[in-house]
Amino acid sequence: MAEEVVLLDFWPSPFGMRSRIALAEKGIKYEYKEEDLRNKSALLLQMNPVHKKIPVLIHNGKPVCESLIQVQYIDEVWHDKAPLLPSDPYQKATARFWADYVDKKIYDLGSRVWKTKGEEQATAKKEFIESLKLIEKEIGDKPYFGGESLGYVDVAFIPFYSWFYAYEKCGNFSIEAECPKLIAWAKRCMQKESVAKSLPDQQKVYDFILQMKKHFGIE
Amino acid sequence: MRFNALESMSFFTSNNTNVNRGSTRKSTNLPTMAVVKLFGTWLSPYVYRVIWALKLKGISYEYIEEDLSNKSPLLLQYNPIHKKIPVLLHDGKPICESTVILRYIDEIWPQNPLLPADPYDRAVALFWIKFADDKSPLLSKLYRTEGEEQQAVVKEWLEMLEAMEEHALIEGKKFFGGDEINMVDIAFCMVAYWLGLIEDFAGLKIFEPHKFPRVSAWIQNFKSVPVIKDNLPDTDKMFALMKHRREMLLTSKSN
Repeated sequence: MAEEVVLLDFWPSPFGMRSRIALAEKGIKYEYKEEDLRNKSALLLQMNPVHKKIPVLIHNGKPVCESLIQVQYIDEVWHDKAPLLPSDPYQKATARFWADYVDKKIYDLGSRVWKTKGEEQATAKKEFIESLKLIEKEIGDKPYFGGESLGYVDVAFIPFYSWFYAYEKCGNFSIEAECPKLIAWAKRCMQKESVAKSLPDQQKVYDFILQMKKHFGIE
Repeated sequence: MRFNALESMSFFTSNNTNVNRGSTRKSTNLPTMAVVKLFGTWLSPYVYRVIWALKLKGISYEYIEEDLSNKSPLLLQYNPIHKKIPVLLHDGKPICESTVILRYIDEIWPQNPLLPADPYDRAVALFWIKFADDKSPLLSKLYRTEGEEQQAVVKEWLEMLEAMEEHALIEGKKFFGGDEINMVDIAFCMVAYWLGLIEDFAGLKIFEPHKFPRVSAWIQNFKSVPVIKDNLPDTDKMFALMKHRREMLLTSKSN
């Protein structure tokens, strides 16, 4: 049976980018469907009735929801190429821990940086940088979090790089100044085709954020 | 996770083992290290998730009770990022975050598997485990709030229960895992036990069995499983402590 893979997505979503990268790493052909989140399609509502969110990966008509679960699913089903998770259980646990850390800290703290101002923003910036520094340590001397090749944590985290310019402009700070090793890692990832073609242009993301700020009435 | 300091800890003895559930210590003169250790607190649902998984797999472990108001140096060393329990120590290596721990346990000890073998079924199971995890802050929010703030939390609880009722529990399934409990059942434990306790001491009525018949049946089934039934925190002790904590919290808020 021919494999049918569809990805319901929204172009600036870092979560959608994760699945795009995983699919590209494995060389999987799929249909990309852009969702208008102000006018969600019947398909999206049917495939993700609990959260009504993107991304949704639809494999032969069956939906997989939640980006990290999609990445793990893709890794398991198309296991013969470009493994993303290590085979050693302890290393796997470490990778899951850090992917979970990205979910718990990076997205929320980053959001607070562009959504707030004044003292609230100053606090958000401080905590955001602290969390970036913590995760930066985890790279160590390796080229990627996954070691010699792109791995689970790389895929989980690199999408946020496309939002860095927006965070920096909104928060008036430089991430590279604070975390040079992290930026070096990000640029290394961007040299991979699977990453480069999955991430939107940083200026485009910034323009999108500006629109969002206007929409939410944030200065 | 860093564990390079553990080489120096190879002869450590636990400082606070009031619950020694099957330590692998031998009676020799040499100090031995239990292969599996669990750092926890006696009332945390996250800790019980790990306890049940270990017991379902028949794994002996040493339990170390932590005082969260005075965290041990070991805990801070093993979980420097979050400084939370549970932490599982296996052959000196720490694993943190209860769901990460559960998946690790399931992979290291494959007997009595806690997740489906089929990748798609597993993806569905993981979806519900994440759902349960994402909602778990609602538990402490419930007993830490009152009035309008609490009503907002109650609304979220009802939405969670509705999702479970409509989408998670397919007609006829005894457990999320089918005929036996699996990681999804374990992940939803706060619904089965901790919610009821908080309802009692906070004077709330969130869960009405007739509104959620499937969830209600699942709760009864879950609590009847021997490994669950025999390993739950003492109800009276928990009731008293949580009630006291809630009173202290609300008093300090209004002062």
